[in-house]
Amino acid sequence: MGLFYHIGRYFILLFRVFAKPEKFSIYYRETLKEVQKLGINSMGIVVIISVFMGAVITIQTAYNTENPLLPTYLIGLGTRDSMILEFSSTIVALILAGKIGSNIASEIGTMRVTEQIDALEIMGVNSASYLILPKILASVFFAPLLCIFSMFVGITGGWLAGISVGVVTTENYVYGIQYAFIPFYITYSLIKIIVFAFLITTISAYHGYYATGGSLEVGRSSTKAVVHSSIFILLFNLILTQLLLS
Amino acid sequence: MIEVKNLSKSFSTAQVLKKVNVIFEKGKTNLIIGQSGSGKTVLLKSIVGLHEVDEGKIVYDNVVFNELNFKEKKEMRKQIGMLFQGGALFDSATVEENVMYPLDMFTEMTKSQKRDRANECLKRVNIINANNLYPAEISGGMKKRVAIARAIALNPKYLFCDEPNSGLDPQTAIVIDDLIKEITEEYNMTTIVNTHDMNSVMEIGDKVVFIYKGEKWWEGSKDEIFETNNEELNKFIFASSLSQEIRKLKGNI
Repeated sequence: MGLFYHIGRYFILLFRVFAKPEKFSIYYRETLKEVQKLGINSMGIVVIISVFMGAVITIQTAYNTENPLLPTYLIGLGTRDSMILEFSSTIVALILAGKIGSNIASEIGTMRVTEQIDALEIMGVNSASYLILPKILASVFFAPLLCIFSMFVGITGGWLAGISVGVVTTENYVYGIQYAFIPFYITYSLIKIIVFAFLITTISAYHGYYATGGSLEVGRSSTKAVVHSSIFILLFNLILTQLLLS
Repeated sequence: MIEVKNLSKSFSTAQVLKKVNVIFEKGKTNLIIGQSGSGKTVLLKSIVGLHEVDEGKIVYDNVVFNELNFKEKKEMRKQIGMLFQGGALFDSATVEENVMYPLDMFTEMTKSQKRDRANECLKRVNIINANNLYPAEISGGMKKRVAIARAIALNPKYLFCDEPNSGLDPQTAIVIDDLIKEITEEYNMTTIVNTHDMNSVMEIGDKVVFIYKGEKWWEGSKDEIFETNNEELNKFIFASSLSQEIRKLKGNI
């Protein structure tokens, strides 16, 4: 089916998602559950990946700046900017697309093929809003926290690797991460991750919500959710970078 | 009472329902029977509004359901209970939470009131000491009974059951059939059951509608079903019945 068909259906779904909730207390409760499921449960993987990426960036920067004319504090600066500008927003979003995107698509897809969504509709519940809105709120609220957490952990990982390998001293690294710091980079990164979180949740939910058939199709919708979320993250990364940094 | 007038429904080029006219009576168990692929599930799902119909009217006690707007339909649906083929219980919720769900969503009851009502419904379907179990931890028959308990939690006026006996052993199937009939009479509901099980027809069928190739081929009572000369219906009864007695009755086919 055509691209425009999917875009149209995606926006129709969003229109239903943002309808007035039946009961705020239930949506609040569901949102908290989703914060746990989509946000807090993702912290482990974000920590592991950020520490190692921070470490690798530090070592790579050190080897690429092996020149007596270049100060070693540039290693801290490079790690800081790499983490803040790109890794903690875009790469973390791509990782989350794999983790929570597939989770959302398979959960909603299974509900669709086992008629649980029909059961909600029969009761008079706006199933799109009930199932998707708490996930959007949870991810949009929690993703910036994950991003900040990733920045902190990644820069710390870089410092640990730098002093362990002996390519930089603590003093120079700390000086480097403070040198020529532009606070807007943090804002830029947070704006990006909020947009990415919205894209991951809604695209994955779309694929799950319109899944048809059986378990095989649920698996397919889950794969499509990850692939399409990743593509849109990369596309919006380009658009937002051009809009915010140029 | 639910009245279906000239209902037609197609998917792409395939016309599944062709100008179906039928009245489902209040306080009775109305059965839709037919072969797989005859259109009976599409008919049921069209009546409850899960499918948009191409033409025709679905009238719930003088209210044309398919002409209501989204908000009005939502209100109307609070009077509808439905039992799905697989139960459609929410996997992430316990038995009690499943039954309490419509109460949580649409009533201002206190937690203890909701719990009492849920327990009352569960007791009505003979589910005891299973409140904290998850759907994955209970049997198929229990799932169906929990789904019935959830469907009646808000005292609906209309009950729809899609193949309530599928996947159940004959003994459990009889329990579910009896339960549907008892609840229909007790709550004075309009109940529509979609089935191809002739035992259900004999057990609970106050009114029977036979759908064949998307058309209403025959309607009548379960007693009249043995007097009909409708060839397709007779073939269906003979083929779908395991009862030797029924086979003998229809043995001349």
